[in-house]
Amino acid sequence: MTAPAAPAPPVLSLRDLRAYFHTDAGVARSVDGVSLDVHAGETLGVVGESGCGKSVTALSVLRLIRPPGRVEAGSRVLFEGRDLLALPEHELRAIRGNRIAMIFQEPMTALNPVFTVGDQIAEVVRVHEKASRKAAWARAVEMLAAVGIPDPERRAKEYPHQLSGGMRQRVMIAMALVLSPAVVIADEPTTALDVTIQAQILELLSDLQRRLGTAIVMITHDLGVIAEVARRVVVMYAGEVVEESPVGPLFAAPHHPYAEGLLAAVPRLGDRRDRLATIPGTVPPATAWPSGCRFRDRCPYAWERCAREHPPLYRIGDGRVSRCHLAEEPERRAHPHAPRSEATHGTGGIASAERGAPGAPASGDDAAGSVRSEVLP
Amino acid sequence: MNEPTSARRSALGAPVAPLLSVRDLKKHYPITKGLFGKTVGHVRAVDGVSFDVAAGETLGLVGESGCGKTTTGRAILRLIEPTSGAVRFDGVDLLAQSPKQLRALRRHLQIVFQDPFSSLNPRMTVGATIREGLTIHRLAEGAQAEQRVRALLDEVGLRPEYASRYPHEFSGGQRQRIGIARALAVEPKLIVCDEPVSALDVSVQAQVVNLLQDLQRQRGLAYLFIAHDLSVVEHMASRVAVMYLGRIVELAPSEALYREPLMPYTQALLSAIPVPSPGGARRRIVLQGDVPSPANPPSGCVFHPRCHHPAKDAACARLVPPLEEKAPGHWAACIKQAPTTVDWAQQQAAGGTNPPSRYLPVLTGTP
Ligand SMILES: Nc1ncnc2c1ncn2[C@@H]1O[C@H](COP(=O)(O)OP(=O)(O)OP(=O)(O)O)[C@@H](O)[C@H]1O
Ligand SMILES: Nc1ncnc2c1ncn2[C@@H]1O[C@H](COP(=O)(O)OP(=O)(O)O)[C@@H](O)[C@H]1O
Ligand code: SF4
Ligand code: SF4
Ligand SMILES: [Mg+2]
Ligand SMILES: [Mg+2]
Repeated sequence: MTAPAAPAPPVLSLRDLRAYFHTDAGVARSVDGVSLDVHAGETLGVVGESGCGKSVTALSVLRLIRPPGRVEAGSRVLFEGRDLLALPEHELRAIRGNRIAMIFQEPMTALNPVFTVGDQIAEVVRVHEKASRKAAWARAVEMLAAVGIPDPERRAKEYPHQLSGGMRQRVMIAMALVLSPAVVIADEPTTALDVTIQAQILELLSDLQRRLGTAIVMITHDLGVIAEVARRVVVMYAGEVVEESPVGPLFAAPHHPYAEGLLAAVPRLGDRRDRLATIPGTVPPATAWPSGCRFRDRCPYAWERCAREHPPLYRIGDGRVSRCHLAEEPERRAHPHAPRSEATHGTGGIASAERGAPGAPASGDDAAGSVRSEVLP
Repeated sequence: MNEPTSARRSALGAPVAPLLSVRDLKKHYPITKGLFGKTVGHVRAVDGVSFDVAAGETLGLVGESGCGKTTTGRAILRLIEPTSGAVRFDGVDLLAQSPKQLRALRRHLQIVFQDPFSSLNPRMTVGATIREGLTIHRLAEGAQAEQRVRALLDEVGLRPEYASRYPHEFSGGQRQRIGIARALAVEPKLIVCDEPVSALDVSVQAQVVNLLQDLQRQRGLAYLFIAHDLSVVEHMASRVAVMYLGRIVELAPSEALYREPLMPYTQALLSAIPVPSPGGARRRIVLQGDVPSPANPPSGCVFHPRCHHPAKDAACARLVPPLEEKAPGHWAACIKQAPTTVDWAQQQAAGGTNPPSRYLPVLTGTP
């Protein structure tokens, strides 16, 4: 996809990544042709509402998708010159947790409840670096100290359930960073935490990044977090990248109507608007992405072309791309209208956004459209 | 703590005769040990909370996970029996009511729950769920009840024909609307909203926030709006109470609280919110450590182990700061934030070395 002017070559590149779940309810096209680059030492933000495919993208990179899900043929994940999707499992294992590490939203599910946290971090060191038991333990304790856990010798001997949510997330970060990986993929690392603890964790991550030169892929639905940590942002919707941009221009003037809607819907401190802007409707199920533009039912600018033609990623400026036909017909932005999923009946102007049928039925498909996104150089 | 009485016209109770008045509410859970369940201590989930809610207003109740928000909300409705305290609703002492009397009163006092996925009965249709309250309170039956259910669904922005469907067929935002319709059915005066939008995505959250505000305007509802997201609360509430470890540490009109937070914990909490404006320079107070356990709260000011007030000293660990009026209508619990009724001589006697001052770090405001 894009290669915006960046100081370093990409360390990690996804090319046309597709991850589908072949379920009884149909094929869930959770990730459907995602391409993106992560540059050395940078923080790339990935934002979108739940169900947009952020987590499945992250899991696909390290081949952690389980049946009935699979990464589809033709997808590529390039890391240090190799396609991770083509590597034999043992070679991938040498990369997973060592060169590319993951931090999950819920640390409790990612940590093993029957081992002490010190043992779990030491184990990572022993496996990947063939370090002695004693040296590995020392590294674990050192790392716990580095992530700001007080009294690390004692804490290292504790089990996950003995730690608070914030401390568990610190342990996850310690485990992810102990081998100084080139890339850390953090999937909603602070979503389960309180804001004061979130502030501590974000500070910690950026501090460690500065010292270790790690690239971070920060996956979140929180635009505040994105604004704070990311240099470049990828906005996902319905399994696709819909906008990619440096963070400043995106927040100042989002191009894709979904990005625009998200930014307008967030209540901000000091914001004295009487009503919040909303995006009508919800993210459709992954088994039923709409044909044409996948956002069209919720989009205030949609016109006939949007139903007909799946938009490719258009170049819209310096290092920016947007999957929206407005790139070619910008004058249409001047005429917003009620989106299709906005109801025509209802009382007192109450947002009637959700009147679409529950579990909206599949509205057909447009396989050719998603291919076109690859047209972009 | 010097409890402001309901007779006093205070910021705790803006109006003289509030709709809901809560005084020194406590809920302590025993910690038991061994076969015979010997009580070895208490979790002080809510530890002396007082506030008023006026008819038609929204009082925001904010604080971090585990600080006692849900417990407070449920204790008011007596879904949890409070350990002690007083709750008056519309002039009636709720804690003195028999279960039967309480059920009748609940008609005016409803709750919308935090989790849209577990708060609806999966085996009941949406229509039956909403109709339940109408039947219990004998407000409508038969065709008339059907009619009410359809009107309520329409009012919360759902199709009337959804009445025959089951909760699993709906998204989180839709379920939250169903929960709101259920609460509205009995025409309450006050709804305790326990994090009604926390589990929702931003775009859907905005839909539900707007819905709650529209309903308030149309029906003159009062809300006790519980949330951990301070931006949502600023948008919703006319006054805001901040909780920490089972207590209210600050209570003020929304505008004053966000412009000039006085309690150091509120300052830190506000500064920690990530602002969706890249490059917007802000001073952040990063607190050290975690929230202590309510089973073993720190002595004196419960916030003292994490406090960043430059005048913090030994007296903070000894004296319990009263929730006191620092500016008209603006209540805060901090003996170092001037003015204070805990005078300097008293603080010195408790080992204080730094006299109270005004500490107001500049934090908020989007650029
Ligand atoms: N049944 C119970 N037995 C013992 N302790 C309890 C019980 N219910 C709640 N607590 C404790 O009381 C405290 C307050 O809980 P509460 O659910 O009110 O918090 P909250 O502010 O609503 O948090 P959140 O933001 O996570 O919903 C917590 O420390 C909690 O662990
Ligand atoms: N194991 C699975 N089986 C079927 N569908 C799945 C599975 N995991 C995820 N999906 C679907 O893939 C889509 C994207 O999911 P996910 O990547 O978890 O979203 P996000 O992280 O953006 O919230 C969703 O529609 C989800 O329901
Ligand atoms: S392509 Fe059309 S429907 Fe899609 S986002 Fe752009 S204007 Fe809206
Ligand atoms: S009383 Fe002392 S410890 Fe408590 S908030 Fe005030 S300065 Fe901080
Ligand atoms: Mg996810
Ligand atoms: Mg709660």
